[in-house]
Amino acid sequence: MYVAVKGGEKAIDAAHAWLAERRRGAKEVPELSIAQIREQMTLAVNRVMAEGSLFDPDLAALAIKQARGDLIEAVFLIRAYRTTLPRFGYTLLVETAKMDCIRRISATFKDAPGGQVLGPTFDYTHRLLDFKLAAEGSLPDAPKAEPHIGPVPHITEFLNKEDLIQQEPANDKEPRDLTREPLDLPADRALRLQSLTRGDEGFVLGMAYSTQRGYGRNHAFVGELRIGTCAVEMEIPELGFAIEIGEVELTECETVNQFTGSKTEPPQFTRGYGLVFGQTERKAISMALVDRALRWKELGEENVGAPAQDEEFVLYHADNIQATGFLEHIKLPHYVDFQSELELVRKMRAEAMGTMQEAAE
Amino acid sequence: MSDYNFAYLDEQTKRMIRRAILKGLAVPGYQVPFASREMPMPYGWGTGGVQVSAAVLVPEDVMKVIDQGADDTTNAVSIRKFFEKTAGVATTEHTRDADVIQTRHRIPEEPLREDQILVYQVPIPEPLRFLEPRETETRKMHALEEYGLMHVKLYEDISRHGAISTAYAYPVKVEGRYVMDPSPIPKFDNPKLEMAAVQLFGAGREQRIYALPPYTQVVSLDFEDFPFEASKADHACDLCGCNTSYLDEVIMDDAGGRMFVCSDTDFCRERRAAGHVGAQGAPYEEDAA
Repeated sequence: MYVAVKGGEKAIDAAHAWLAERRRGAKEVPELSIAQIREQMTLAVNRVMAEGSLFDPDLAALAIKQARGDLIEAVFLIRAYRTTLPRFGYTLLVETAKMDCIRRISATFKDAPGGQVLGPTFDYTHRLLDFKLAAEGSLPDAPKAEPHIGPVPHITEFLNKEDLIQQEPANDKEPRDLTREPLDLPADRALRLQSLTRGDEGFVLGMAYSTQRGYGRNHAFVGELRIGTCAVEMEIPELGFAIEIGEVELTECETVNQFTGSKTEPPQFTRGYGLVFGQTERKAISMALVDRALRWKELGEENVGAPAQDEEFVLYHADNIQATGFLEHIKLPHYVDFQSELELVRKMRAEAMGTMQEAAE
Repeated sequence: MSDYNFAYLDEQTKRMIRRAILKGLAVPGYQVPFASREMPMPYGWGTGGVQVSAAVLVPEDVMKVIDQGADDTTNAVSIRKFFEKTAGVATTEHTRDADVIQTRHRIPEEPLREDQILVYQVPIPEPLRFLEPRETETRKMHALEEYGLMHVKLYEDISRHGAISTAYAYPVKVEGRYVMDPSPIPKFDNPKLEMAAVQLFGAGREQRIYALPPYTQVVSLDFEDFPFEASKADHACDLCGCNTSYLDEVIMDDAGGRMFVCSDTDFCRERRAAGHVGAQGAPYEEDAA
C-alpha cells in the first residue's frame, strides 16, 4: 500500500531549526556581533547596502549575519524589508562636489585642485596572506596628516570648461522610480543608472569587462574616482526649508571616454557615470563603463550588437534578486509538468520507433 | 502579527495591484504591467500569485494553496503559512470550501463556482517569449495581433515530430484576441480554463498581471487537421480508481515498479472517502497518512 508523501510542514520547520544551528556554528566559538560585522566586514556591508538599495550599515550587518555570509541572500533580506517601509518624500539632490573625501584619484591628470588622495585602498598592497591577522593583536595607529580644507571640484569640470567633454544638459524632469513602477522600455538614463547601481556587482563587472575586451569597446579613463560622505538634506514641509537629516557614504566614478565624433556630435570626450552606496569602487567603475556603453544611441554611435549596448538585456538581467529567485525556483517540484513531457516523449518515441521499424522491414 | 498590514502588503500597494487586476479583467488575456514588490519569498517562487492573493483577500475569506495539485507540497505549505500569519485567514484543503485558491501548475479537478477566485503563479507570462526574447518586440506583436510566429512554431513541431511538442504552458487564444500563456499547467487542464470562477494570473518577477473573467472563451491553439488534445497518462488512479483525473507517476522501486495517483490530492481523498478504491488503494480511513 502506497502512502502519499506528507509532512512538508514538519520538514520545513525542522530544516529551519537546522539552518539556525548551522548559522550559529560551533557554540564554543564566540558569536559575531552586529557591530563586529559592521566594523570589520565593511565592504560586505557596503555591497549589501548598495544592492539592497538601503543605506543602513547596522541592518545590512544583521542581514549578513542572518544569511550566514551569503551576500545575495543578505541583499534579499534588505530588499524585502525596505519595500515595506513608508515613503515620506524625496531628499534634495546630493551634492557630490561637496563630498568629504577619504579617497579621490584621477587617472587623467597628474594633479588637480583638491589633490590626489589614495585613502584606505587595496591598490598597491601585495596580495600576500598576512598570517599576523590569524593571531589577535593590537594594531598601531595609522599616521595622520592635516585634512585638505577647501573645495574638491569634479575633475571633468576642467574639461567641461574647455568644451572638450560632452555637456550633460540639466534636466529637471522627475526621474521614474524603478521600485514603484514596472520597468518600461526604452529607459532613460536616470532609470538605467538606478538599475545599475542596485545591479549585481558580478554582472555589472562582467558587462563592463566585456566592453574593455572589444564587445562595444569604448576606451575609458577613470577621470575621477571619489569616495566619501555626503550630507543628505530634505525639505520638511512644516519648516519650509531644507535641513540635513543624515549623511551617506558614496563612491562616485566619472569616466572620460574617447570619442571621435559622429554625424551629430563633433569630436570630444564623453562620459560614463557611476554612483554607488558605500566604499564600492569596483562596482562604481563598472557602472560607469556600462552606462557609457548604453549611451550609444544618444551619441549617434553604431550599435555593434554587443551585450553591454543592449539596454533590454542589461536591465532585465542585472538584478540578482530576480535572477537568483528564478534560477533557484527550478528546485521546486515540477512533476506535473515533467509528467506531461514524459507522456509526450513516450508517445513521440513510440511513433518514431514504429516508423523506423517499418522502414527496416 | 501587528508589524505588517493585513495580508502583508500596504493598502496603497494593494490598490495599485487591484487596478491592474481590474484592467486585466476588462481586457482578458492582456498582460498588464504592475509595480511588483519584493516579497519575503524569492522571485520565481510565487511572488506574483502571492501579491494578487494579498490584494483580493478579505478577512472572512477561506484560502486554499496548492502546488502540483497538492496541498502538502513544501512551497504550498510555505505560502499557506504566510497567509495564515500575515492575514490570519482560515485555510482549507477542500476545494469547495475555499473562496480563494492559489495554485501553481494545476487547475483543481472539481469544477469551480462563480463565487470562487483562482490565482495562478506565473513564471514567464509572455507566450511568445521563447520565440522572441525581447519584451519590446513581443508587446508590439500582441498590439498588432501578430501571432504568425506562434503558428509557424506549432507547424514546425508537427512537421518535425508529428505532434505539437508542447505538453504544458500550452498557448491559448482568449476571446479571439490575445494569445495567452495559461501558466505551466499541463495541457490536460486547458479545457478547464473556460470556467465559472474568476481567474487571475500574477507574474511577480516579470511584473505582469492578467485575467480571465468567468465564462471567457479560451481556445487552445491548434490546426484543423491536428486538433488540440488534452492528454494524460493512460491509466486510472491506483488509489481512488479515477479514470478522468490528471495523474502523477510515482516510482516505487528500482526495478521499474511504478504507480499512478491523482495529482489533485483533495479530489483523490474525497473520492476515497466516498468509497472509491483503486488497484493499489486501501479502504479510506480519516487521516490515514
